[in-house]
Amino acid sequence: MLILECPYCGVKAEESELHAGGEAHLKRFGPGSSDAEFHDYLFMRKNPRGVHFERWRHINGCGKWFHAARCTTTLEVFGTYSAQTLEPPQAIRDAVSAKRPGWSWRDLK
Amino acid sequence: MSTRLAKQGRLIDRSQPIEFTFNGARMSGYEGDTLASALLANDQMMMGRSFKYHRPRGVVASGAEEPNALVGLGNGDRFEPNQRATTTELFGGLSAQSQNHWPSLDFDVGAINAKLSRFLPAGFYYKMFMYPRSFWKHVYEPIIRKSAGLGKAPDKDLIDADHYEHFYFFADVLVVGGGIAGLQAAKAAALSGAKVLLIEQTANWGGRAPVDGGTIDGTDPEAWIEQTLAELAAMDNVTLRNRCMGAGVYDHGYALGYERLSDHTPGEPGPRHRLWRIRASQIVTATGAIERPLSFAGNDVPGVMLAGAMRDYVVNWGVTPGQRVVVVTNNDDAYRTAITLHKAGVEVVRILDARPAGGGALMEEARQLGIRVEPGRAIAKVTGGKRVTKVAICAQDGEGGAQEDIAADAVAMSGGWSPVVHLWSHCGGKLIWDDAQAHFRPDATRPPLGDNGAGFVIAAGSANGAMDLSGVLADATAAGSAAAVAAGFAAKDATAPVTSENEEAPMLPVWLMPAKADIKLRMKTWLDYQNDVKVSDVQLAAREGYESVEHTKRYTTLGMATDQGKLSNINGLAVLADTLGAKIPQVGTTTFRPPYTPISMGAIGGEARGEIFQPIRKTPMHDWHQANGADWEPVGQWRRAYAFVGSNETVEQAVAREVINTRENLGLLDASTLGKLIVKGADAGRFMDMMYTNMMSNLKIGKCRYGLMCSENGFLIDDGVVARIDEDTWLCHTTTGGAERIHGHMEEWLQTEWWDWNVYVANITEQLAQVAVVGPNARKVLEKLGGMDVSKEALPFMEWRDGQIGGFDCRAYRISFSGELSYEIAVPASQGQAFWTALMEAGKEFGVMPYGTECLHILRAEKGFIMIGDESDGTVIPQDLGLSWAISKKKDDFLGKRAQLRSHMADPDRWQLVGLETVDGSVLPDGAYATGNGVNANGQRNVIGRVTSTYHSPTMNKGIAMGLVHNGRKRMDEVIEFPGTDGTIYKAKIVDQVFYDKEGEKQNV
Amino acid sequence: MKRYSVFAVAREALRYHSGWERAWRSPTAKRHYDVIIVGAGGHGLATAYYLGKNYGITNVAVIEKGWLGGGNTGRNTTIIRSNYLQDPSAAIYEKARGLYENLSQDLNFNVMFSPRGVLMLAQTQHEIRGYQRTAHANALQGVKTEFVSPQRVKEIVPIINLDGPRYPVLGALWQARGGTARHDAVAWGYARACSDMGMDIIQQCEVTGVRVEGGRVAGVDTSKGPIDCDKLGMLVAGNASVLSEMAGFRLPMESVALQALVSEPIKPCMDVVVMANTVHGYMSQSDKGEMVIGGGTDGFNNYTQRGSFHHIEETVRALIETFPMVSRLKMLRQWGGIVDVTGDRSPIISKTPVGNVFVNCGWGTGGFKSIPGSGWGMAELMATGHSSLTEAFTIDRFKEGQFIDESVAAGVAH
Repeated sequence: MLILECPYCGVKAEESELHAGGEAHLKRFGPGSSDAEFHDYLFMRKNPRGVHFERWRHINGCGKWFHAARCTTTLEVFGTYSAQTLEPPQAIRDAVSAKRPGWSWRDLK
Repeated sequence: MSTRLAKQGRLIDRSQPIEFTFNGARMSGYEGDTLASALLANDQMMMGRSFKYHRPRGVVASGAEEPNALVGLGNGDRFEPNQRATTTELFGGLSAQSQNHWPSLDFDVGAINAKLSRFLPAGFYYKMFMYPRSFWKHVYEPIIRKSAGLGKAPDKDLIDADHYEHFYFFADVLVVGGGIAGLQAAKAAALSGAKVLLIEQTANWGGRAPVDGGTIDGTDPEAWIEQTLAELAAMDNVTLRNRCMGAGVYDHGYALGYERLSDHTPGEPGPRHRLWRIRASQIVTATGAIERPLSFAGNDVPGVMLAGAMRDYVVNWGVTPGQRVVVVTNNDDAYRTAITLHKAGVEVVRILDARPAGGGALMEEARQLGIRVEPGRAIAKVTGGKRVTKVAICAQDGEGGAQEDIAADAVAMSGGWSPVVHLWSHCGGKLIWDDAQAHFRPDATRPPLGDNGAGFVIAAGSANGAMDLSGVLADATAAGSAAAVAAGFAAKDATAPVTSENEEAPMLPVWLMPAKADIKLRMKTWLDYQNDVKVSDVQLAAREGYESVEHTKRYTTLGMATDQGKLSNINGLAVLADTLGAKIPQVGTTTFRPPYTPISMGAIGGEARGEIFQPIRKTPMHDWHQANGADWEPVGQWRRAYAFVGSNETVEQAVAREVINTRENLGLLDASTLGKLIVKGADAGRFMDMMYTNMMSNLKIGKCRYGLMCSENGFLIDDGVVARIDEDTWLCHTTTGGAERIHGHMEEWLQTEWWDWNVYVANITEQLAQVAVVGPNARKVLEKLGGMDVSKEALPFMEWRDGQIGGFDCRAYRISFSGELSYEIAVPASQGQAFWTALMEAGKEFGVMPYGTECLHILRAEKGFIMIGDESDGTVIPQDLGLSWAISKKKDDFLGKRAQLRSHMADPDRWQLVGLETVDGSVLPDGAYATGNGVNANGQRNVIGRVTSTYHSPTMNKGIAMGLVHNGRKRMDEVIEFPGTDGTIYKAKIVDQVFYDKEGEKQNV
Repeated sequence: MKRYSVFAVAREALRYHSGWERAWRSPTAKRHYDVIIVGAGGHGLATAYYLGKNYGITNVAVIEKGWLGGGNTGRNTTIIRSNYLQDPSAAIYEKARGLYENLSQDLNFNVMFSPRGVLMLAQTQHEIRGYQRTAHANALQGVKTEFVSPQRVKEIVPIINLDGPRYPVLGALWQARGGTARHDAVAWGYARACSDMGMDIIQQCEVTGVRVEGGRVAGVDTSKGPIDCDKLGMLVAGNASVLSEMAGFRLPMESVALQALVSEPIKPCMDVVVMANTVHGYMSQSDKGEMVIGGGTDGFNNYTQRGSFHHIEETVRALIETFPMVSRLKMLRQWGGIVDVTGDRSPIISKTPVGNVFVNCGWGTGGFKSIPGSGWGMAELMATGHSSLTEAFTIDRFKEGQFIDESVAAGVAH
């Protein structure tokens, strides 16, 4: 039963208020992309044991999508942040580094 | 025999006698009794039968850990199986039945299994019952199933007479357990100002301390408990709940409390159970410890009881389980039982202390009272059928020879105490083996981790391995303060009370009694009383290679009974370790899973049952439909009328009538459930072009366009008519089930991909009531009501206008899902019923009738219109449905465009939508497949198509259908075969999917 | 191997069961095997067994990080059915179901396959059409199912409430030869048979790396040292992503929690498996008397084997609606497993970009019922390079847009 703080409305939201939306920071590939690019965009999800960046929606709350940095083996939450970002902000990455030195995710470190 | 003592019984009120029945026999007890204590007071030692061998079972414990004394409780719609007598408070009229026997508790045919037990060792069923094959299903399993289960199943038609509720609570510190550790921890935490919730599973506060003795702050524990409780009750930041068990600890400080409000007062108004959903910053588990049985032959005979439990019965309820008691122990605590019994006038015939040098101060006290104490001695075997009659004693360090028989009717045993670590472990807290106490206790360095990555559970008192009074209170004080600090409060100087008690000599682990007991004794030495798992079973499992503790547990069923191994786990583990020649911590422990003790399904389900199982969504005209014969169909959480059935017709007849009438006269459909989304903003046109496969940005204001939506994966997900409202506003109709889904879909793309676009989406579905006015007389009825010009010229097909009709503000769309002249008119939801009534009144002269969803389906099928969920199923792309015309070729991009370029989707060789007409006019079966030639590599018939929609068309009086057929559009007039599940082969011709008004003239008048 | 039989049990009883052999050996790993299977769950052990039985390949090691059968094989709700809609699914699940029929005799280990019947309730018009479609498909696939009336449902399941105020039962898809089996016994039975063929089951041995030379597998590194192999099969539900990355390729899947629970044991009151997908819950009664209950998966990536309680609430609520008497029972235990879920929620049984590395994963919530069929097909694929049972389940299907989507038939839970 996770608690995630919604960065928009500030509520520490119960998991039952939230909808999980899978991997964050996907880059969309549309017409003009190769089959491999499109395939990876649609299906090749990161599934790490450890640090993960993912999307959530405060569906039974303010309705906003946001991002969370979370550990999939301990469920520790390193921080939540705006969904309107292309990659985790430095403060979030620092927060992860403080707890999981040496972490990596995609090409982020 | 077991009897009520003349004195003692701190929890009972002898002035309040209570009558109850057990297996139909009338008995009496007192207010404050548990069912177990009251049964013992009535000399009812035997309370049930074991699972596998149907052995007689007496009560062995006094609390939540009890594996034997399970009864069926209550009658009728309040019956409940498997209730623990030890945690059932006695009430007037209580009716209990013992379980798992036939015909009676005393004489049970199933007890034959006990005689055969030698042939039924652990896992015997894995090795037998295989031949001949068919016998498993028809002979063996029916027999096994017949003997399955423990309690009686509730009646098949039972509807629970009670109700249940859920309750939220947010706490800085949750303290689980209202013994002295919990009280002290709560106090220490509360002094800091933290919001504290303290819950206790029984009706009484204080736990074991009043029974165990000693002094706290110079007074007896009971006085200290009362005073501390009063202090806590006076604090605004403390909430106290008894009869409320900490059932489970979950991630991020979530915990479940299980409050039994009226189990002891059945039928009282209010909920029976309340499930507390607690969020706590910190959780203190002051859950105490559970005494372990000793493993000797015959330790399951009724009358053999945990020493602490026997003490409880004497002190708390004034009941002695026996008259001549043997006490057997490996630690000092059991001496307290002997002393208590002796002081209550019960004969303690012997104390057998397995430790070579015996115990400490308590042993001396017992000796001074004249009790005979024998160090280094053990029980070789207890004899007795339904009651202990004889105890054979021997040296602990031997094989069980040189026995001396003692006549006795009860045995008090103590194998040491194990902390209750369940709640600590539920969410990942790790354990450490304590050699001195021979138990697992919480490893404070590896607690369960919360959302911030720090521990959020702190164990306190004996749950943390502190086994003496001063240790318990010091530990609890520290735990309470630490929890408050971790929850963000400044610690106040909480000090532990001063205590005094007898110092205890060290305990000695004893896992088998006598130490070298032979196989015949080991086959009579029980580990799990309810599931009948013996020492010999665990040893057999280990020998056969089931070496992991999980293997052993599953192979033998050790610890899988309703007590989940509270008494048996450590003892079983020790036997396993010993057999493997390993140390106990190496073997490890099984995973503790919630709940701590079983909790009612009713409480888990909560209030939401029956009518309020899920929210019902009703349109503004719902009540009218209800009053006018609506045959309801659930569509998502909506209720829609399937048909309006008159008193003299069947549902099928009603549907046919509605179709004909709508085609010939006038039909009204409540279309309010259709999703209505407003898309607005400077970039709304661009956004609409991404959402829909069609071009929507160039739709002219005042016009409507049918649109398709695909997922990014290319599949058709929704359809509906889009209207351009003004320069930067579009209104999108979705399917009934699609409103929330498509709204979410749009929000997702807007918020997470195109967040720099200026677009807002609002779901206005429930703001409006919408009525489809359909049929040749549609215009007439609207004109009669008067208002806006609804003529063909003023409001052409696929356009919309705002205005008034019959005095109602409305928006009228000239759209048709039926092929008829049709208007869909939206009015404010609050006006929906009035508008509907006005239409029905005005429509009388035009033959108006309401119609339901089935008529809607037939009307659209006759016209060959697709239905999301029928023609589409998540694997269909618009191209399959002949809807390529609705896929823009001009747009660079829209959701699904890239996906539809993939090889399988771009393949021209796909199944295509066509019409199907049976050769004989009959109706094709729903979901039938068309067969091709031969079989595939897996021997399955090759198929070339399937039916997607099929109806009897009242308009054409024959069966009509649509289906997806391999290369269908190139196979017009071909007859293909659809085998039905009834053995019939249905032959159908491939035809155009538009069966009615192919030119589309009727909707355009 | 000493055969198990009633006579053997009787013989052993006379000598206090002192003569039973180990069910499986506990060997140390050799330096090289023809085939290494990673994962001693049902799928891995079944694959090994059919490699030996059908293809004579017995120089096989099955490597297990924990204890055999300790993953999802020992955590599921033991349902076996094959009433799937899509041809490839129906083929492999029906193969599995057929093998289950004779598995006890084949393995000489009673796995207690109990073809007691599976009912899938239709509670909306849409579900009726979905299950009628499945019934038609099944008839052509050689899977025996039928769509039955509400009255028939009540006869089969007396404790059901047909007239729930919200979602009345309108009919059901009935597979009479679906049922349950004893989950642990499936793993133990295969393990015993594999061990008897000379295969090595190596428990407490974690794979830490996959060695690839020249685009082909050379062996694995483990917590017990390196082991060489010619072929490698990965069958590690929940952890497939982690293992595939060791071999240098990725899989299109995510790992999520799936929860289940049991009630206290009561006397038999329901002889079949009932699944109610509209309200999201399913239930059967074990031979021990416990009501075994499950629902849908949790939504987020998770490796903890713990789920969220609100899903349990939803499942229990659904079952109280369907079987009101359940309200008076008590939940004895709840638990969770980690399942891996692919883009179309159907499994992957496939060759991989690395030569001689084969993968079998992504069973989501449907793993247990498929074990024998999955093992049969996987063994064929590994031994011969091709299997008709598995060919639709390739990794490549996602690139082509050729999915195997079972959710279309209103079927949600497994």
